[in-house]
Amino acid sequence: MQFFRSHILVCGGTGCTSSDSAKIIEELDKLLVDKKLDKEIKVVQTGCFGLCEQGPIMVVYPEGTMYCKVKVTDVAEFVEEHLIKGRIVTRLLEKSSDVKDGEYAIEKSSFFKKQLRIALRNCGVINPELIDEYIAFDGYKALIKALTEMKPDEIIETIKKSGLRGRGGGGYPTGSKWEFAAKQDNDQKYVCCNADEGDPGAFMDRSVLEGDPHSIIEAMIIAGYAIGANYGFVYVRAEYPIAVKRLQIAIEQAREYGLLGDNILGTGVKFDLEIRLGAGAFVCGEETALMTSIEGKRGEPRVRPPYPAEKGLWQKPTILNNVETLANIPMILLKGPEWFASMGTEKSKGTKVFAIGGKINNTGLVEIPMGTTLREVIYDIGGGIPGGKKFKAAQTGGPSGGCIPASHIDTPIDYESLIELGSMMGSGGLIVMDEDTCMVDIAKFFLEFTVDESCGKCTPCRLGTRRMMEILDKITKGRGKMSDLDELETLARDIKAASLCALGQTAPNPILSTLRYFRDEYEAHIRDHRCPAGSCKSLLSYEVTEDKCIRCGLCAKNCPVNAITGSKKDEIPFVVDQDICIKCGVCYQKCPVDAITK
Amino acid sequence: MKTIAELEAIRKRTLDEISMRTDEESVRIVIGMATCGIAAGARTVMTAFLDEIQKRNIHNVHVSATGCIGVCRLEPIVDVIDKDGNKTTYVHMTPEKAAKVVVEHIANGKICVEYTLPENK
Ligand SMILES: Cc1cc2nc3c(=O)[nH]c(=O)nc-3n(C[C@H](O)[C@H](O)[C@H](O)COP(=O)(O)O)c2cc1C
Repeated sequence: MQFFRSHILVCGGTGCTSSDSAKIIEELDKLLVDKKLDKEIKVVQTGCFGLCEQGPIMVVYPEGTMYCKVKVTDVAEFVEEHLIKGRIVTRLLEKSSDVKDGEYAIEKSSFFKKQLRIALRNCGVINPELIDEYIAFDGYKALIKALTEMKPDEIIETIKKSGLRGRGGGGYPTGSKWEFAAKQDNDQKYVCCNADEGDPGAFMDRSVLEGDPHSIIEAMIIAGYAIGANYGFVYVRAEYPIAVKRLQIAIEQAREYGLLGDNILGTGVKFDLEIRLGAGAFVCGEETALMTSIEGKRGEPRVRPPYPAEKGLWQKPTILNNVETLANIPMILLKGPEWFASMGTEKSKGTKVFAIGGKINNTGLVEIPMGTTLREVIYDIGGGIPGGKKFKAAQTGGPSGGCIPASHIDTPIDYESLIELGSMMGSGGLIVMDEDTCMVDIAKFFLEFTVDESCGKCTPCRLGTRRMMEILDKITKGRGKMSDLDELETLARDIKAASLCALGQTAPNPILSTLRYFRDEYEAHIRDHRCPAGSCKSLLSYEVTEDKCIRCGLCAKNCPVNAITGSKKDEIPFVVDQDICIKCGVCYQKCPVDAITK
Repeated sequence: MKTIAELEAIRKRTLDEISMRTDEESVRIVIGMATCGIAAGARTVMTAFLDEIQKRNIHNVHVSATGCIGVCRLEPIVDVIDKDGNKTTYVHMTPEKAAKVVVEHIANGKICVEYTLPENK
């Protein structure tokens, strides 16, 4: 063992990597050698800490000091001050961390205080490319327990008792799914992991694969043993290169250690797995389409039943679980189903990871116990809305989900309560909207996504979503009729009822839910040709209020299309030529005295 | 291929190495490393602590640096804080004294009174 007095953990997730965390590691390594500290301090690349907004993140142990927005040029000062002199570089600290006894520990920041990290337990703690570090924090211990102390049906019983439900969107009880597959009498079965993560704005599955790939491998072996499968596939989109690379490394290490192969740890159990890359089509996240794609065919869904647990990959019994679902499995086996079931609400146990984005200060990844309220997520953990704006709604479930309006901000988040509000848990994307967001426009945004991503196999989804899109487009341009709203509702009902897979069946949800809570906004667009949020360009006109205008000329100077004329010298009032204006809003932003209205 | 016992050995060994990343209780050795401390030789003291801990294969010890405590004439100053939070301050430290503190105090729980503040003697 090499004793290091300090470990510096630098986030190597996709977010921080794109803001140069790899270069920070390089610089640290170089300076440690220069200062002869390389034998006493170790630099570790780790997974996502979750506070992506503040990235690149760097945490220094044993103190647990978290540094944010670190730049390569900050490294020299950090080494000199913190590592050599033991003085914290306060200007790089996370703003919300509470100062106590001069300590700035990562757990103390308000972003982490209310979180409970189970699926993300190792993200930001271990080096995901070293199997030994995973093993150190009880990695593969659940597998050993499963293979040496438990029978397959005991494992299934444990998972059932824990109350774990699928984190990929549907919320189907994981234990029951496994049980169904285990009961099938077949010499070949498969275990699949869904890492397609197509929900726009969601990145929790990517972060688990990048930060803790072994947890997925361990869970898949356990699943294989439980249902009697000896082979697995992880279906991950090719746009996740870091996740794919870390998972590949992890698979090779697991094989080397005999954790995958023909005789796992000498127990005689056989299991191996491979990665299949997806091309990033949303529909390929749907289970039957995913399996069709693994088989090498065009990723299109098929009618269920038969369910994959009965006839899946190559017509063999197959279970498919989401990354986050699987990440919970080893912990449930180790700590017991009662432990897991003690967290959460009556029908939703454990935690859920959310990727929070949109109009929120702490964009990033959070894991919270089921039943945490939306208010806690947005204000306590998320740090509130930027610019002091008002919270308007949050979208969960992405293009298949719906919005939760401000009036329901105190709803505890779980599967049932979200459905009741007309939304759904989905895979964990949570998009926050403020007063400047137009709800018709948001519905249109999500519908545009489904129109693009519809595979075209069934007519209601292929054409129905397009027709809805056209109506929304008309409304946002001020050309809608009141009867369009009824038309939208009829179409929505038919598409939900007649589509082949859940992509079409849920595509109308964003429209239905915005109609439910924000019908007045639709009506304002139609009746008054007005966008209440001031966001739909066609319905806006930028104008100069003459008695407020100080004729500074900033608007005219910044207008990219020279639509504004006027002169201070010649005392000509400034006006916007509506025929030329492209409604970019630059004048509105630049005006120092708020003389421009929209 | 590894056996289950080998896996357990890896777990123990690696955990010793990375346990500082959890908030598990451990003994902390805090060395004053401001300009005054470094000028008085704190770096060699720190290196001596690290070497000795490594040599004796002692677990659950954290070594960290801190700023100036304000009694520069007693530097290099080292605080040893045990698992219950009791603090012992050693002054005028040298690499030799550091080695002795590891053996006596850290490993055997016996405070080296002769290296503490003069009024304790
Ligand atoms: C259009 C569509 C896209 C989906 N995308 C994903 C996805 O990206 N990841 C995922 O885990 N599940 C996705 N699902 C849900 C899967 O079909 C399936 O229910 C899930 O992977 C099962 O795993 P779980 O029970 O662990 O949640 C999608 C479903 C539909 C209809």
